[in-house]
Amino acid sequence: MAGDVKIRIEDFGLRYSDGTESLHDITLDVYANQINVFFGPSGGGKSTLLRAMNRLNDLTDVVQQTGRILLDGEDVSRPTYDVVRLRRRVGIVFARPVVLPMSIYRNITYGLELAGVRDRETLDAAVTRSLQQSALWDEVHDRLGEPAHALSGGQQQRLCLARVLALQPEVILLDEPTSGLDPISTAKIEATMQELKSDYTFVIVPHSVQQAARVADWAAFFLQGELIEHGVGRDMFLKPKNTKTEDYITGRFG
Amino acid sequence: MTNEHEEQQKRSLSWLEFLIERAIQVSGVSAIALVVLIFLFLIKEGAPAFFKVPLSSLFAARWYPIESYFGLLPLVMGSMIVTIGAAVVSLPLGLATAIFIAEIAPDWVRDILKPFVEVLAGIPSVVIGFIGMLVFAPLIRVALDIPTGLTAFTGVLLLAWMALPTVVSVAEDVLDAVPKTYRDAGLALGMTRWQVIWRIVLPAGRSGVLMALMLGVGRAIGETMTVMMVTGNAARIPTGLRDFFMPVRTMTATIAAEMGEVAQGSPHYHVLFAVGLTLFVITFIVNMAAASVVFRQVKRAERMLA
Amino acid sequence: MSKFRLSRQTSQRIAFALISLAALVVVAPIFFIVGYIVYEGASAISWEFLTAYPYNGMKSGGLLPAIVGTLWLTAGTAIVAVPIGIGAAIYLSEYAKDNTLTRAIRVAIINLAGIPSVVYGLFGLGLFVIFLNFGTSILAGSLTLGIMTLPVIISTAEEALRAVPQSFRLVSVSLGGTHWQTIRRVVLPQALPGIITGVILGLERAAGETAPILFTVAAFFLPRLPKSVFDQTMALPYHLYVISTQVPGMPVQIQYGTALVLLIFVLSMNVIATLIRNHYRKQRFW
Repeated sequence: MAGDVKIRIEDFGLRYSDGTESLHDITLDVYANQINVFFGPSGGGKSTLLRAMNRLNDLTDVVQQTGRILLDGEDVSRPTYDVVRLRRRVGIVFARPVVLPMSIYRNITYGLELAGVRDRETLDAAVTRSLQQSALWDEVHDRLGEPAHALSGGQQQRLCLARVLALQPEVILLDEPTSGLDPISTAKIEATMQELKSDYTFVIVPHSVQQAARVADWAAFFLQGELIEHGVGRDMFLKPKNTKTEDYITGRFG
Repeated sequence: MTNEHEEQQKRSLSWLEFLIERAIQVSGVSAIALVVLIFLFLIKEGAPAFFKVPLSSLFAARWYPIESYFGLLPLVMGSMIVTIGAAVVSLPLGLATAIFIAEIAPDWVRDILKPFVEVLAGIPSVVIGFIGMLVFAPLIRVALDIPTGLTAFTGVLLLAWMALPTVVSVAEDVLDAVPKTYRDAGLALGMTRWQVIWRIVLPAGRSGVLMALMLGVGRAIGETMTVMMVTGNAARIPTGLRDFFMPVRTMTATIAAEMGEVAQGSPHYHVLFAVGLTLFVITFIVNMAAASVVFRQVKRAERMLA
Repeated sequence: MSKFRLSRQTSQRIAFALISLAALVVVAPIFFIVGYIVYEGASAISWEFLTAYPYNGMKSGGLLPAIVGTLWLTAGTAIVAVPIGIGAAIYLSEYAKDNTLTRAIRVAIINLAGIPSVVYGLFGLGLFVIFLNFGTSILAGSLTLGIMTLPVIISTAEEALRAVPQSFRLVSVSLGGTHWQTIRRVVLPQALPGIITGVILGLERAAGETAPILFTVAAFFLPRLPKSVFDQTMALPYHLYVISTQVPGMPVQIQYGTALVLLIFVLSMNVIATLIRNHYRKQRFW
């Protein structure tokens, strides 16, 4: 069930200026058109690895980075790679929905405007398409000009997803996207991922083991900056190979 | 968007961005350049004073430029009396007002009071000097039965009042910075609100109060128009308490009053610049002291929270 | 033998009473000054007063050149101080790292803020009027006032920029925005009301200043409007100073009228700035 490798992480390590070693020699494959899950107790480095894939860590005080991250075989972790282009190819949805202080419409077109797209028709089409993809169209199509912060939490998060989808990325990263949301909104987002995965590659850090088990095609277990185990989702949660993994899944620690 | 279009857009965008970001950097550094520039020019025009006028006469007690008497002492003392007096008066008043606004006043009073303190900050000094001269000084003359109302005392009162917005706003920040937990602890121990303020909040904000004082001093020393209009402009050395109620002259008023009539390049001209240089250095020192208090306070706060 | 001690309640009541008295002493004069100037000066205000030229050695006529002059100077100050001030604020808030250079810049700003206004006048005289040979002119005066206003604008603008939530910047960057794009499209627009408020308050101060313009631009009796930036001009603060101290036989009413006009000019800027600030504060959701 392996499929194509979309992102290859090779011996990747990362250390912050305060000496904490966030990640240690991670080697891992992210598979195309699948839902890839990074899970584990907090502090395990999952978010850090996630953000490394679109180089958001560049904004923090990272003092040492080793290894490589390859997107479609190309090393995107090297300093000379165009970071702006990378972030359009690899989008991210954060834990707290952060809508920009603009209308719903402009929130979605923001990324395209940054890229220089000005043609009204293209923008309109992108808005329609991404709102439909993120299952938000029916709820907001008649009030696109209203400020985005008037939406509910679940709607805002789906808006954040639509915002990313507008750029038609290849990979979508999600960092605990449903941690503040009610079960219905959570279910909607999980369903959206399943529908879209034929066109996109998903990498998600879930906020609970249950969510991980629900959505994972592939799963990787992280503990204190180390990759403990990596395998097919179903197998990982039914019969994990490593005792630490098993202990975490069954709730013996966390 | 085709890749080629993207590349072209990116190239022209990054060009423009580069220029803009450079301009921003230059703006940032300009502050340093300006301070240095001001200092250099004051030295350029002020230093000749020390060559054209013998040092001993600069430290003499007589300021009478028409006859080439350039004794700076009366001016310096005039500035000091007025400044220290203003600081001494404005600190308790400003502190009290800040306490009133922050701790005592009901919300509706606060909402009226704060904008009014800001209004005070906006009144031009020439207007305050004007009213001081026409209304306040005669009042003082009558009330204290002295020959003229244009005195150091008048200057102190008006200056203190003008420094208040600065003192009040700094004091307010200081009081706000004291954690609520301190106050709650005091109340829980059964202290009255006043005891909490007097014994806990104020001591906790000690360094901030010091900074408010220094900023008030800085403000008062630099004031020109008000002192020029109400302190009588007599360049005498005050020798006793009585002289507090007599006219004096500050360094700032001297520069403002005499610069217009001075021949460029004359000793008088250079001495006035030297006075300006002195003022620059004094305010520099006061401001550095205030700034170091701030930095030290920040460090202490970081240590406490770490 | 018991010592006489005030009860804690009484101590508090006394202390609070004294404090309230102090606050009153601070605030009451504001009403008094503004009120008295209005009372004495209102009778001098007329359409003629505001739009006519002065004559008869300033003892009659209007304030037009002084008003126009102050407007020119305020505009000139804005042109000098606003671009550099906002640029420096953006630098400090969005680009500067925590190093010695940044600290030096901050120290420089604190110092610029503390320099006495008359020393700025000297500096303006030495550099702009004499050394660069601009002569006493609106140009020299605007440059001087502009540099003096710089620290105020930088401080308030930086505060406004820093208030914008960091999460906005993160989102913009994650969507492929460069540093400057993020600033231009999200941070700056959100900080704009605060920046504008700060600019207006800075200009308000500049409009009321006398000492910096004493030797750099101000003329006393110039009954014509300035035609270029190289002209001298009258200005309201300087005008008030001269007519109240150096013109014998000056009608008191005109003095108060001039003070009132200056006060209205300056305080209305204050009011506008406050209105802007309150309006946009309500609109913000962060």
